[in-house]
Amino acid sequence: MTRAETVGVPGSDTQTPHIEPQARRTVLRDGISIGVATGTYGLSFGALAAAAGLSLAQTSALSLLMFTGASQFAFVGVIAAGGAPLAGAMSAALLGSRNALYGLHLSRLLRLRGVRRFGTAQFVIDESAAMSLDRGAEALSRLGFWSAGIGVFVCWNIATAVGALGAQLISDPSTYGLDVVAPAAFVALIAPRLKDLETWRAAFLGAAVALAFVPFVPAGVTVLMSACVVTIVAVRSSRTSAAGEA
Amino acid sequence: MWLGILVGALACYSLKLAGLSVPKSVLEDRRVQKIAALLPVALLAALTMTQTFSQKTHLSFDSRAVGLAVAVLAVLRRMSFLTVVVAAAVSAALFRLVI
Repeated sequence: MTRAETVGVPGSDTQTPHIEPQARRTVLRDGISIGVATGTYGLSFGALAAAAGLSLAQTSALSLLMFTGASQFAFVGVIAAGGAPLAGAMSAALLGSRNALYGLHLSRLLRLRGVRRFGTAQFVIDESAAMSLDRGAEALSRLGFWSAGIGVFVCWNIATAVGALGAQLISDPSTYGLDVVAPAAFVALIAPRLKDLETWRAAFLGAAVALAFVPFVPAGVTVLMSACVVTIVAVRSSRTSAAGEA
Repeated sequence: MWLGILVGALACYSLKLAGLSVPKSVLEDRRVQKIAALLPVALLAALTMTQTFSQKTHLSFDSRAVGLAVAVLAVLRRMSFLTVVVAAAVSAALFRLVI
């Protein structure tokens, strides 16, 4: 574990002598504990994916290759609701858009050059981005990014497989209420983001548009309608607020 | 199914890579920031609603609503993620048994 992490910290060897071992240990411990915590999401994701009819290989492929929790839940949720796999892929991609924004801070911090960027990109997730903030020193921030990124990757993938295997033993998912696992997970994922009126409005608008389109378009496409409407509103409101400040 | 998985995974990876690669001015753009902040919330809300209150292309109201209500209560009481999910699943299952 320690070895993998030291290998995974590019450029930290030149900076580490200034950092106290105690501070490094704290950052590493935080990274591992956030990994263990997300393991519980992984269990529910694995169970949900299996309940939606995905094979163990397909479920694990999502966790290994897509590796961004909310997008994976969305993909499987669309499949479970009877939507087309490509509609699921679209929802997953739209939800993954926030990962691009983490690059603003991370590309500066990690100072990536050339091919290294391609490997690092996979570890850009909510948790690793959050753990790289406010560490006091750049080397510690990088360590935070890598310990959370690798910690979550390992735990998430193991937990996914365990959850999927567990749920395969169940014949009818709705008997155990597995069909509400996704909506419950979404509520838990939205809650910390609802900080201001604008976010609440976006949530309500998204919800209302999606429900309004249910009878008219195929399952899985309604959420894409919400995405379109909210994007238009976001662009328009950013224009008016920019004009207001000018 | 595999096509959807691979397309979705590739799209998500490309977004992560794009974040590390595109010029800062693009990511600092007000519209880009706003969309990336509001889109996930709106999508999650949309997914929550459709997966609770619809059945294929019909609106429906069933025991999943009970599960969702329990999930909301659990989130308001700041329960852990696993507690929220398990409480929702168990309550929906129990409600199904009763009715």
